Amino acid sequence: MSRAGRIARRTFLVGAAAVAGGLAVGYYFYRKPFPNPLEDGLAEGEATFNPYVKIGSDDRVTVIVPRAEMGQGVATTLAALVAEELDVELDAIVVEHGPPASAYANVTMIKDGLPFPVFDESTLANLARDGVGVVGKFLAIQGTGGSTSTTDAFERMRQAGATAREMLKSAAAEKLGVAAGTLRTEAGRVVDPASERSLSYGELALDASALRPPSDAALRPRSDWRLLGRSQPRTDMHAKVTGAPIFGVDVSLPDMLFATVRMSPRRGARMVSIDAAEAEKLPGVVKIVPLRTYLGEGYGVIAKSTWHAFRAADAVEAEWGEAPFPPDDAGIWSELQRAMETDAGTALRNDGDVDTALADAPRERVVEAEYRVPFLAHATMEPMNATARFADGVLDIWAPNQAPTLLRTVCAREAGIEEAACNVHVTYLGGGFGRRLEADYAVFATRLAMEAGGAPVKVIWTREEDITHDMYRPAAIGRFTARLGENGLPEALDMKIAAPSIMASVMPRFYPALSALGPDATVVDGSYNQPYRIPNYRVAAVKAPLPLPVGFWRSVGNSYNGYFHECFMDEIAHSSATDPIELRRRLMTDFPTALGAIEKVADMARWGDPLPDRRARGFAFTLSFGSWVAEIVEIADTPEGIRIEKVWIAADVGTALDPSIVEAQLFSGAIYGLSAAMNQEITFADGMVEQSNFHDFDAMRIHQCPQFEVAILENAGRMGGAGEIGTPPAVAALANAVFALTGKRVRQLPLSREVAFA
Amino acid sequence: MRLTVDGKTIDIDAEPEMPLLWALRDLAGVLGPKFGCGIAACGACTVLIDGAPVRSCILPVAQVEGDVTTIEGLARDGTLHPVQQAWLDGQVAQCGYCQAGQIMSAVALLDEIPEPTDEEIDSAMSGNLCRCGTYPRIRAAIKRAAAMRAGA
Repeated sequence: MSRAGRIARRTFLVGAAAVAGGLAVGYYFYRKPFPNPLEDGLAEGEATFNPYVKIGSDDRVTVIVPRAEMGQGVATTLAALVAEELDVELDAIVVEHGPPASAYANVTMIKDGLPFPVFDESTLANLARDGVGVVGKFLAIQGTGGSTSTTDAFERMRQAGATAREMLKSAAAEKLGVAAGTLRTEAGRVVDPASERSLSYGELALDASALRPPSDAALRPRSDWRLLGRSQPRTDMHAKVTGAPIFGVDVSLPDMLFATVRMSPRRGARMVSIDAAEAEKLPGVVKIVPLRTYLGEGYGVIAKSTWHAFRAADAVEAEWGEAPFPPDDAGIWSELQRAMETDAGTALRNDGDVDTALADAPRERVVEAEYRVPFLAHATMEPMNATARFADGVLDIWAPNQAPTLLRTVCAREAGIEEAACNVHVTYLGGGFGRRLEADYAVFATRLAMEAGGAPVKVIWTREEDITHDMYRPAAIGRFTARLGENGLPEALDMKIAAPSIMASVMPRFYPALSALGPDATVVDGSYNQPYRIPNYRVAAVKAPLPLPVGFWRSVGNSYNGYFHECFMDEIAHSSATDPIELRRRLMTDFPTALGAIEKVADMARWGDPLPDRRARGFAFTLSFGSWVAEIVEIADTPEGIRIEKVWIAADVGTALDPSIVEAQLFSGAIYGLSAAMNQEITFADGMVEQSNFHDFDAMRIHQCPQFEVAILENAGRMGGAGEIGTPPAVAALANAVFALTGKRVRQLPLSREVAFA
Repeated sequence: MRLTVDGKTIDIDAEPEMPLLWALRDLAGVLGPKFGCGIAACGACTVLIDGAPVRSCILPVAQVEGDVTTIEGLARDGTLHPVQQAWLDGQVAQCGYCQAGQIMSAVALLDEIPEPTDEEIDSAMSGNLCRCGTYPRIRAAIKRAAAMRAGA
């Protein structure tokens, strides 16, 4: 970076408080840009050192992990960051989510949303990333998304543990009359090696927490790590194997009522009329409430049990208006097609001169294709739900949620109260996958709580409501052209992708007055930022103006761009009679991290060895969320249909803080992608979603699950994410395997449109 | 109406057609079985009735004949059931929401077939959906539990 760039960057960092780390490690503890949210809720004898650490006089150490635990293991790995530095064991601490607070803003999530590839370390990219630090702080979004939890917490939460440790040592030094530098810490005690005296953290906590936090607490070098870098028993595992009541649906409060909602089956349509007379007569019904909210219209049923609410909701007669989008798939595809034809889009990658390179291309050297992907539901195992209580002007909400500060904003607004009068309690999430970044279910629960006379109301959606009222993974169309050179490599690659904009859909759901201007990088994420060198290489994004609710679905744009980019790359390889992995070797020479992952997966699978009859393999690579992932899928043709036999994954995540959890996320992500690739689609008729439950929106079952072999690499210079990166290449590798097995190039998902799976 | 749930007798005031799942969850406060689909398509609500796996979301409470065992009744005197222990040792759960149902199905499988083959595992467990895709570790944990029980 240039000197000017460095200076400017430093200026930004000071302004931004740089909570993401880097130059300003320790800045939070020194300047405290936000209040410590734990100071208001301390128990008797409990002290807090910073927003992540509480220690009680009974030696109870509580670590705040202010990220949604939705299966990805943050309640273990983030707690380990603190425990490592604080010298306590993971099984000796209590892990809590804590309250929503600006102190817990996830700046990395906002930064990684910018339209720069992760390998672009240019001054401009860094300036923009740091500039967003200011905006991220201003919005101070506490979110779990974008596979950023670990990266965002890596410096901050180790610093939190180290700072508390040094304060405890200072307090002990005072009591013991020795220099703090001579003391050490282990297993929750400060020890004086010279005298063999020791004091427990609980004995020191109140005094220590009153000290001025050091700004220079040293972090342990990797060579000294006890917990990090090693697989830890998950802190949530015991609760999850014993059926403990940890989820949103398990919230139980005195005098609690139960409810459900039915919103317009045509998303965005008005409720023209409602007749609840018969439903109100049913046993167990407390109240039927018409809901007219900025997020849609419909009704809620408050009852004495969830089942009573479900039954009465079925008995309500309502008429709905027209949907504000074309009512069926034919109309929706033609809108997407129209956007593709009429909008030039924004080129988020534009190397060389694609138009000139394609203009005089000989016909036989041109490869062209058009691809499509459908809308998809998240289908978390735990249906959408929230519990709300509105009493004495105070709103309390219990919800499984990925963005509690945003949830608080919209629910307080709905209730007409200040945010300070809204308490949000985040439970464990029975799956998130991006769906729970939204807060619609909590807004509806707020409205029902306002009708419940101060009683808490637990609002659980039916699975049918959940599938038909999702914020879907966008449908998309991709149109691709390549010109092959004499050596078989692409000289030019032109990709144009049209999809409804996620950002344009999400923004008004939280800030109705704001609109998302400018390009939306999610449209092409996974196509525009891949580590290939092609002399003329353009990737353009078209925001299709379709007012259908779309949102963040595990791996977001990568979920379909991985398929687009890597299946078209497979077509290029096939056209030039080049082995698909050899093609990548030749196009990725500038990116050793990518090549490392590819060579590793090729070795693991013994790529190139002859296969038995009726077997075939596909390969794909996607760089997403800062991690470099290569996958090979092997399938077999069986009398029952195609079976996915085995999947090999090599993923370079830079630093793997917990290998067992990273491995689980990799096969989890792959299974999520394979489920969608095989069979899933959301379609529309009469303005309504046609699928409704797991009988027609199913996912991979255990008998369909392949064997997995996973390698975790740590060569990348930056730490990447883990929760979403397994998904994109799995989709493409399966589609490429289907081509290798059957000769069918399936250019529209799901693959079951053209082939059958066992 | 009187049920035996996890060894305890409980009296509940439910309409006969109320599904067992909601009687357990909303009336009896037994929250281990989970609601996932309401049509016996996902298995999150699985409980055992006299040892046989049942999808409690579609079973009217009036039709329950026999002792109900939920995930909350598996551990004995603070000691986890071998299947739970195998799940813990194998670090199976991710989000965890489906796991109560997975574990109940696995308990029923191993009671019937102490050393199941891969095909028998797949067949017994295919009614239990997991969106996190914990299947590879579920398979390993069932084999681990089978080995633990054989050695016990």
